[in-house]
Amino acid sequence: MAKRDGSTKDSGTRNNQAAELTLSEAPSELLRELVAHLRQNRTQLREEWVVRISETRLLTAMTKEEIFAEATSVYDSYVEALETETFEALQAYARNLSERIIPRGVETHEVVGIVLLLRDVLARSLFAKYQNDFKKLNRILDAYEPAANRIANTVAVGFVQERERVIRQQQEAIRELSTPVLQVRERLLILPIIGVIDPQRARQLTEQLLRGIRTNRAKVIVIDITGVAAMDVTVANHLVQTVEASRLLGATVIVTGLSPEIAQTLVTIGVDLGKMNTVGDLQGGIEQAERLLGYKVMAVAEPR
Amino acid sequence: MEVPILKQGEFLIATFQADLSDADLENLRRGLVQQVVRFRSRGVIVDVTAMDVMDSFASRTLREIALIIRLRGADTVIVGIQPEVAFAMVQLGMTLEGVATALDLEEGLAYLIEKFKNID
Repeated sequence: MAKRDGSTKDSGTRNNQAAELTLSEAPSELLRELVAHLRQNRTQLREEWVVRISETRLLTAMTKEEIFAEATSVYDSYVEALETETFEALQAYARNLSERIIPRGVETHEVVGIVLLLRDVLARSLFAKYQNDFKKLNRILDAYEPAANRIANTVAVGFVQERERVIRQQQEAIRELSTPVLQVRERLLILPIIGVIDPQRARQLTEQLLRGIRTNRAKVIVIDITGVAAMDVTVANHLVQTVEASRLLGATVIVTGLSPEIAQTLVTIGVDLGKMNTVGDLQGGIEQAERLLGYKVMAVAEPR
Repeated sequence: MEVPILKQGEFLIATFQADLSDADLENLRRGLVQQVVRFRSRGVIVDVTAMDVMDSFASRTLREIALIIRLRGADTVIVGIQPEVAFAMVQLGMTLEGVATALDLEEGLAYLIEKFKNID
């Protein structure tokens, strides 16, 4: 190996064209040498990497043993990716790893950080090995750096994608959970809204409510927004639209539980609430709805 | 396609078909306004269940029908607006302000009967 490398170096100094030719052939050759080096020094380099990880206080959510175990598999996948120059296995591993560590609160910067650390540790060992042969070192780095960067990229992207997938999944779960349309009496529906309303959710709420009015043949709807912390112009206007759309289906809407802050905000931003029927709390709203529907609720005995 | 106007006791019932041209709507308006006086009707029900699209002209015509008929001494109620149509209408600002609405024909009839019961 050393001999052949010596000859390519010679041809490189002899003329440029030849140098280019050998360079285009060289990387795979060099990578193989590189991989052999990394395999040989696996224990020591891995050790060093783990030390660097704990020094920089990354992955604090994991125990030392866990870090070591993960470091071993990452190291091996890393070397394998370098060797085969295929990134699918590494990608799958990155996704798998992310799946395991995201629930434990590992942050993006930590994952990117440890991969960059590994890159640095390996680069240092290359410097140490080839310090006497500057040209060779250069070529080795030429081969190593693009591959290493691509690996770092793959892992980081894999992590972020997994995170986004989790976020999307949770958003969907929240969305499905959070929009019940409940019938409390014949022709009386309650729509309790809890949490943050974004335009998409507001739209979904409206659709669900309008469908609910139709299927339950509702005449009065109480929308309770006690659980809504804040409201902006878009959402407020959406609420007004919901009230109007419900009216087109022949139903009356009563809005309850407007907090002082929201009421203040709505008045300040000048949303037209003239068309909205508002009552202080949910109980009052239901009582008003019962009056509209002609119910009269009364106690027939003392509570037991 | 002409919109049929049915007389049902004291009320007139007009049922929209799926695709109405602007001219059909004009004819309906003219027909209703004439017949409401001829039959001495007290209420008019316009059923739009079959419409899955409501453009601004149709919406404006509906509102005009209701307002004109009130001037002619009767009440109008629009029934059967589909949920999707209702939402699209308010988004375009067509809220049929000042016009009574009900879920379907049955509700519309109940609304008018209730209303006249109070007056009689």
